[in-house]
Amino acid sequence: MSTESTKLAFNDGWQYAPAPESTDHISIDEQYGLFIGGEFVAPESGRYFETVNPATEQTLSSVSLASAADVDLAVKAARKAYNGAWSKMAAADRGKYLFRIARILQERAREFATIESLDGGKPIRESRDIDIPLAAAHFFYYAGWADKLEYAFPGRRPVPLGVAGQVIPWNFPLLMAAWKIAPALACGNTVVLKPAETTPLTAMKLAEVIRDAELPPGVVNILTGAGETGAEIVNHPDVNKVAFTGSTEVGKIIQRSLAGTDKKYTLELGGKAANIIFADAAIDEAVEGIVNGIFFNQGHVCCAGSRLFVQESVAEEVVRKLKDRMETLIVGDPLDKNTDIGAINSASQLETIQSYLKVGQDEGAEMYQGSGSLPEQGYWCRPTLFTGVSQSNRIVQEEIFGPVLAIQTFRTLEEGLTKANNTPYGLSGGVWTDKGAKIFKMTQQIRAGVIWANTFNKFDPTSPFGGYKESGVGREGGLHGLGAYLKLET
Amino acid sequence: MSVVPLPQEVRMPDLSRVALVDEVGVNERAARFQTRSIKNESKVEALHMILSMIDLTTLEGQDTPGKVRQLCQKAIHLHDAMPGLPHVAAVCVYPTMVGEAKKALGNHDINVASVATAFPSGMAPLQIKLEETRIAVDDGADEIDMVISRGAFLQGEYRYVFDEIAAVKEACGKAHLKVILETGELGTLDRVRRASVLAMHAGADFIKTSTGKIQPAATLPVTLVMLQAIRDFYYETGRMIGMKPAGGISNAKLAIHYLVMLRETLGNAWMTPEWYRFGASSLANDVLMQLQKQASGVYQSADYFSKD
Repeated sequence: MSTESTKLAFNDGWQYAPAPESTDHISIDEQYGLFIGGEFVAPESGRYFETVNPATEQTLSSVSLASAADVDLAVKAARKAYNGAWSKMAAADRGKYLFRIARILQERAREFATIESLDGGKPIRESRDIDIPLAAAHFFYYAGWADKLEYAFPGRRPVPLGVAGQVIPWNFPLLMAAWKIAPALACGNTVVLKPAETTPLTAMKLAEVIRDAELPPGVVNILTGAGETGAEIVNHPDVNKVAFTGSTEVGKIIQRSLAGTDKKYTLELGGKAANIIFADAAIDEAVEGIVNGIFFNQGHVCCAGSRLFVQESVAEEVVRKLKDRMETLIVGDPLDKNTDIGAINSASQLETIQSYLKVGQDEGAEMYQGSGSLPEQGYWCRPTLFTGVSQSNRIVQEEIFGPVLAIQTFRTLEEGLTKANNTPYGLSGGVWTDKGAKIFKMTQQIRAGVIWANTFNKFDPTSPFGGYKESGVGREGGLHGLGAYLKLET
Repeated sequence: MSVVPLPQEVRMPDLSRVALVDEVGVNERAARFQTRSIKNESKVEALHMILSMIDLTTLEGQDTPGKVRQLCQKAIHLHDAMPGLPHVAAVCVYPTMVGEAKKALGNHDINVASVATAFPSGMAPLQIKLEETRIAVDDGADEIDMVISRGAFLQGEYRYVFDEIAAVKEACGKAHLKVILETGELGTLDRVRRASVLAMHAGADFIKTSTGKIQPAATLPVTLVMLQAIRDFYYETGRMIGMKPAGGISNAKLAIHYLVMLRETLGNAWMTPEWYRFGASSLANDVLMQLQKQASGVYQSADYFSKD
């Protein structure tokens, strides 16, 4: 019979020696200017800020702080490029530039992956196998659309919008840049993009790629800075389209500021996705999906499956298996090829996560964490589960953006569905069952932009992505992603 | 929830409660183990472990007593040029070679495993299978590798398969029983899982993927499903069951990934020859070559390693 002594042991015995990706093959400048009009230029303000490696807390480089004057220069450069070479160019040639960027990204994938992990803290396995290949895939995908826009929207005449102001987050720095830049350029727009404050380096490297690909000057401008820089871009009167990915809080501010303007916008905001496990699911694979759903990229994922709903008859088994699985997750050096969970992106995000861990415990939930050791330096959080929570707990309602899972049970499909939808968010969801009919029933009724069945966190450039409710406005990716960068005239 | 424990007797499991398997998910998880990068001292440790877990196998119609003696010599002396190596766990031969193997291994702590039950097809009447098993055990086999009746299993005759395994287990006496599912003939991972559960409940000490005579033989996904079945059986009954992937694992790198999968699925308790085996004929030499490479920094020619 199964007893307390019946327990699997993962901590002793054979261990994996460190297997770090080398950093010999990359070069990071001590300081980066702003990429405006095809060149790196010093910021008007003369001010710079540092970007640190969250795994070591060491400074990697310093980047420019773009002020209103720099934003104005960048928008002017983008406008000039839009009125000039870019709009006069044959669409097929626009596509050619995008193909060129995609190919260079593939060629330099290892370098990009290493820098992404250094600057952002994500495990090299993810930056190498997911972020960078997907970023290249987005450029390839939209490159193909550049000269086929009329076929994408039959009977309509697609016209570019002009200058797109784009502000992206720190969780998938290069990938989000690709999501934003590729469709904008394919549709004939020009771009002013701001990477996140804590993860500017791959954007700076992308600027080098764009320069090396010999795009006409000003087609893509990349400005580093903090929230104020982003606000300057969003509010610049000569920007025609705003694309933002980030928190719901900032999204609301942007939406407010855009009210009354004729700027077109897409917003990808927060999430608190329900991952729903039915008793008739393949449980072992569902457990893997739960792990992938919440611990992927340290849980810094807007579509993370942060609310787990397990049908009550299998709840005990699922939680036991989750706990076993968590023992085999390796938290540590993001550059180590065996690392599963890297560093939390920044000191402030770690503080946020830790405050939620406290909130969860204060609310009476039971907390469980993996037992592995953590490095001494850097920002770290063990994979964490909360059981004994209900819909009214803050850790169930609010987006934590960390490796923290809140687990509830349900009895009937209707109960699961009601709980899943009882949230202001609606970005993604997951359903696990062996019954096809149940999958369709659930996916039709879960109010979320993306729903995965028997898998989680799968991305593809051909698939639209975006939120219901407070998770956002508009779609990126696929055909839908083109529409967001075009005016469709009749 | 506490329930009154049932008496420990052999009982047909409720197959309707066997866990479902999602093939896409299993393949994804199995691929993930292959992204683990095993270097330096962990690699050396793994290579030693692999050697100690090998069932050095020869199962050919053309086997001779001489070949079996050579195999046994190799089992004891894997590569004497390299001191400190373990010996393999067992040699695996046909029943007619058990006596020869037993003699050749002498007092060495290496088991003799014999395939039985009309290996590899299993197409023989039950009494012949039982007789063959008893003969192999009488000749000194420490372990019996039986094959299940795949025909009966695929027809849904689970009771027949269950009873047959239980009967062979009884015929084994003190010998350990490994039950070969021949997963390459089962078709789906759901059936692999079901056959695993059936075999464990019927008395298997080990479950084993393949005879090596059918393609595909052992794969990472199939082995993962069997390891998961072992884990759930352990949680259900408190009993540990061993695992033996066999066939197709011919290089050290792949074998290391099998160990990674074992470690992350069942944990450390299983990482000994008592609970895990590799059924292989050519794996040992590749492992030896890798060990040589770790020690000297260069690969030696295959000619430096004895074939048998």
